[in-house]
Amino acid sequence: MAEMKFEDALKKLERIIEDLEKGDLTLDEALKKYQEGVELSRVCAQRLENAKKKIDLLTKNKKGEFDLKPLEEAEE
Amino acid sequence: MQENLFDRASDTLKGKRVFTVSEITRDIKLILENTFNEIWVEGEISGIRQISSGTVFFTLKDSGSLLKCVIFSSFVRGIKFELKDGIKIVCFGRIGVYEKDGQYQLYTEKIEAKGMGSLQLALEQLKEKLEKEGLFAPAHKRPIPYLPGRIGIVTSLQGAAIKDMLKVMDRRFADVNVIINPAQVQGEAAKGDIARAINELNSFNDDLPPQEKIEVLIVGRGGGSIEDLWAFNEEVVARAIYNSRIPVISAVGHERDFTIADLVADLRAATPSVAAELVLPEKEALEEKTRQLAQRLKLFISELIVNSEEELDRLLRRISLGISNLFKLDFGRFQSAEKKLALLSPLLGIQQHISRLSDLTRQLSIGAGHFSQLKNSRLVTLAEKLSSLSPLNILGRGYSITFKMPQKEVIRDPQAIKAGDMIMTRMSKAEILSKVTEVDRNG
Repeated sequence: MAEMKFEDALKKLERIIEDLEKGDLTLDEALKKYQEGVELSRVCAQRLENAKKKIDLLTKNKKGEFDLKPLEEAEE
Repeated sequence: MQENLFDRASDTLKGKRVFTVSEITRDIKLILENTFNEIWVEGEISGIRQISSGTVFFTLKDSGSLLKCVIFSSFVRGIKFELKDGIKIVCFGRIGVYEKDGQYQLYTEKIEAKGMGSLQLALEQLKEKLEKEGLFAPAHKRPIPYLPGRIGIVTSLQGAAIKDMLKVMDRRFADVNVIINPAQVQGEAAKGDIARAINELNSFNDDLPPQEKIEVLIVGRGGGSIEDLWAFNEEVVARAIYNSRIPVISAVGHERDFTIADLVADLRAATPSVAAELVLPEKEALEEKTRQLAQRLKLFISELIVNSEEELDRLLRRISLGISNLFKLDFGRFQSAEKKLALLSPLLGIQQHISRLSDLTRQLSIGAGHFSQLKNSRLVTLAEKLSSLSPLNILGRGYSITFKMPQKEVIRDPQAIKAGDMIMTRMSKAEILSKVTEVDRNG
């Protein structure tokens, strides 16, 4: 779950809550989803806390193939 | 008679200078070309035609006169807008006389549009053309994705735009990979360079797996004069934006600047900073949203626990009824009854928990800030107390849940389990995987 994008985690969390609130789950299904939901809300909070942009330059190598090179942040 | 007339005529020419046609034409040429060497002439274009060499012929007219004009292809290339009949223009050039025909015409070198200015006219003409082709059609506009994971940017690395955008990203929630494909955004080469950069990002993106796609492009530059921004009014840039498989946000100059790129783009941002704000949401809003979702989750589990508690209550009543019935049985059956009772004993502890619950309730309702508006709601007060009893906390008090593996289903029915099955016992801080060696269903 460490690699999950914030957006995906948030969407999944919303879906889980909707499912739970519909109320047609068995107890163990509900428990499973609740636990997953707790984990997802933790992931979301963490992502918000630690988000960092990553900047690359699109370059072409000698063979004409595309390549990504990290941009030196020195320019900022 | 005729001879006489001729003689008379000859007489009148005595001492007069007679020009040949070539002579007079040469003199006229000399006078006209020296006098009208660098002139501006205004009028309306009519009868325009271009020959294969690229040279353009037309007539400049006003209400009273016509002037033949010619402009060679090397000068045609310098004209920003399209020459068409009916357009009012101002021509710069020189009057030349073509001796063979005895015709004079304006050898034009520069043409400016009269009234709105050449750039403006070019813009209007291109706008009209692209509009007809449907490049601005709302049906072609694609939605800008929410929270894109990857953003492509086409702008100059030296310009203000990139600095502004990166600054905004630092302030916002930027869980994002930005891919910059640098391009010149000013001067003659800019239009081709911007189009190239857009096309390259698209080709690069085509080969990326779905999870890694660039979801939106920002194409733009910082403020400047209309000439500085002109590349964004060029057809080649408009077409590159239109043909982009990735949705495009245009971000050119300031609020007041409107370019063709803005009209073709899926979304126009007033400035590069605004573009960055459009693709990256405010951190606070998302934090608030996450908090709300967590709250709903908490509320749900609280209600679930309230319901479970009621169910438990009902069970307890049935058990105590069962116990009093047991005492009515004869001693011979008492031993097995005792065994059953022993099994029931953990349930007796539940009554203690319930009384602890009401203590907790009191404590929690004192300290509950979150629910202050809803304090009087019975449901919420209950939910508050009970949220401390989440299933995980129940496990913390020594209970466990047993799952059948590998389906990971909670085992409630003893018939569902047999020797040899794998089971998983979830305790508060551990999960134990075991193999069933025996099932005592009388237990």
